[in-house]
Amino acid sequence: MKRFFAQCYIWLLLIVLYAPIVFIAVFSFTESKVLGNWTGFSTKLYANLFTGNMQGTGSLMSAIENTLIIALIAATVSTILGTIAAIGIHNMRGRAKHAITFLNNIPMLNPDIITGVSLFLLFVFLHVSQGYVTVVLAHITFCTPYVVLSVLPKLTQMNPNIYEAALDLGATPFQALRKVLMPMLKPGMISGFILAFTMSLDDFAVTFFTRGTIGLDTLSTYIYTDARKGGLTPELRPMITIMFVGILLLLLIINIRKIRNSNQQAA
Amino acid sequence: MANDNIIEIKNISKSFGDKCILKDVSISVKKGEFLTLLGPSGCGKTTLLRILAGFGSADSGEILINGKDITNVPPHERPVNTVFQRYALFPHLDVYENIAFGLKLQKVPTDEIDRRVRKVLKMVSMTDYEDRDVDSLSGGQQQRVAIARAIVNQPQVLLLDEPLSALDLKMRKDMQIELKEMHRKLGITFIYVTHDQEEALTLSDTIVVLDDGVIQQIGTPTDIYNEPQNSFVADFIGESNILNGRMIKDRLVEFAGHEFECVDEGFGENVDVDVVVRPEDIYIMNKVDNAQIVGKVKSCTFKGVHYEMFVDTDKGYELMIQDYNAFEPDTEVGLIIRPADIQVMHKERTRNVYEGEMTDDTHVKFMNGEFECLPQEGLSAGDKVTVEVDFSKVELIDHPEDGVLQGEVYFLLYKGDHYHLTVRTDDREHIWVDTNDIWDKGDLVGINIAPTDIKINRRHE
Repeated sequence: MKRFFAQCYIWLLLIVLYAPIVFIAVFSFTESKVLGNWTGFSTKLYANLFTGNMQGTGSLMSAIENTLIIALIAATVSTILGTIAAIGIHNMRGRAKHAITFLNNIPMLNPDIITGVSLFLLFVFLHVSQGYVTVVLAHITFCTPYVVLSVLPKLTQMNPNIYEAALDLGATPFQALRKVLMPMLKPGMISGFILAFTMSLDDFAVTFFTRGTIGLDTLSTYIYTDARKGGLTPELRPMITIMFVGILLLLLIINIRKIRNSNQQAA
Repeated sequence: MANDNIIEIKNISKSFGDKCILKDVSISVKKGEFLTLLGPSGCGKTTLLRILAGFGSADSGEILINGKDITNVPPHERPVNTVFQRYALFPHLDVYENIAFGLKLQKVPTDEIDRRVRKVLKMVSMTDYEDRDVDSLSGGQQQRVAIARAIVNQPQVLLLDEPLSALDLKMRKDMQIELKEMHRKLGITFIYVTHDQEEALTLSDTIVVLDDGVIQQIGTPTDIYNEPQNSFVADFIGESNILNGRMIKDRLVEFAGHEFECVDEGFGENVDVDVVVRPEDIYIMNKVDNAQIVGKVKSCTFKGVHYEMFVDTDKGYELMIQDYNAFEPDTEVGLIIRPADIQVMHKERTRNVYEGEMTDDTHVKFMNGEFECLPQEGLSAGDKVTVEVDFSKVELIDHPEDGVLQGEVYFLLYKGDHYHLTVRTDDREHIWVDTNDIWDKGDLVGINIAPTDIKINRRHE
């Protein structure tokens, strides 16, 4: 009996969590303009999305393009910066190391809105005209700590003599970094990259405050503006569904990698 | 003469913070020599090896290889290769690629890399393992690959940092023999770091005994074993009886309540000395009239090849004896020691001596502690003085906070009828203590000295 209630509770929780997204996914397969009206199964919205046969297609497509390009740049740059930072932090000693690790964690706990507003104020203060560049810089800023966090454990697990062994065998510090350290840190860097990529895709608040007034839209700001104009464009339903499935796949990859890594260590 | 030396380590000192790791260490290493740095953990041996490899820098001093100053040369440009304690193989490369790593960096032609890798693989008996993942190898096999990876570069000097310490005993013994054989075949200089005295005695041409960052003795294994220069070396290498003695005159020494003929000369007359007798050098027999020492067996333990016995002598000393014959506990026995088996050493110190300062006429400050002393006539606050305290007059107490000074038992030596302790204070000063109480290494103690036991003399600058 107790078991039964426990099961019910879990299912209730899952329904509350996933009902909205399932709702949108289901209604992405019908043509109705208003969300909630089922007018028969159709893949027309998907077709529209890919053929561009809809109102405001241009701006939606450019928003998607912006989102992906910004996410790619932000994830790439923050993976490089974060990895270098992690190596630096790992080689620090004692109190300084603790202090820096702590400082690295703060931006992740900070609400996005605070990050967004403070970056906005910083750009204004520095007289940087806001637009594409500031959004990219902002995304790099909040993505980097996540990369640091996924690379650091790889460094701690590593035998401290390995880097020295490379130097000892005649590698310059740069060669040792490239031929020994990087291959060993690769799993952490990939996890960090994926994490940074999804964080960037997902972001609304920071983008909203740093995009300025030039009319730059990412997917999240586009949807926000669109929803305020009176109801969602129907084509956003297949869009959201595709993104959800995409993110789900990414998460699965991350988790499978993690499980595989821990199995390797156990073996 | 200087041309024979491949490495000259000159006056190397190193501290981490206020902790001094190496103090003015100088060693010359001959070409082709197997030299071992031996000492307890924390003695500075690994730090010295890291300075040789270029992973750490010395605060002062210099290192020459083949007469060339390499003190500031980065590790990848030094003609040395290292075998690390925990192997440090590259896990993303297989056995072949690990070994070829250094050669590829030197842009050696592929067919020569192939030839040389196969040659060293054969040398470490790992011929069929070249495609194996290094994580799939056992500890001993990983160590072989690590050695192969280092020697394939044909370094002038091979540095080995406790390479066998992670292996089990049987494997360690086998690898010792192989290492020795490899050293002979390659003809290159080996510098080997270990805390295992037996390993050092087995492998080395020369042993450097280090303690607390200071060289205690440099010599061949036989020199180090038979003629230790101080009580630390005698205690650290092998088993030994170390006793207080007195050199009465040349070739006559008194210890354990008896006068013995010995072979040592030049100490002077009536000089306090330390005497070392190895347990296997004491002859034990059923009580006979011509025995030098008589006593009663206290315990007898079978050790495989020999029996280890502790004998309480009639003069109140306890001696360790190793013999092929067993004598049951409570047996009355006689002991004889041959003159050549008695090793006489200068005492490193006979009492504690410190520089101090009077704080008022009944208090003196030394070792950063203020001790009460007897009223000192003619001395007033601020006067510089020399303070002397006998070993046996230092009082150690269980509760550190009840002592004038706090310290840690750093080293202990049993001297037949009492313990001689080295206590290190929180300010890293040493005080030596003779006591009958039993303390363990690492015990935290309080240090007190009675006012009557503090001898004070004015110090003239």
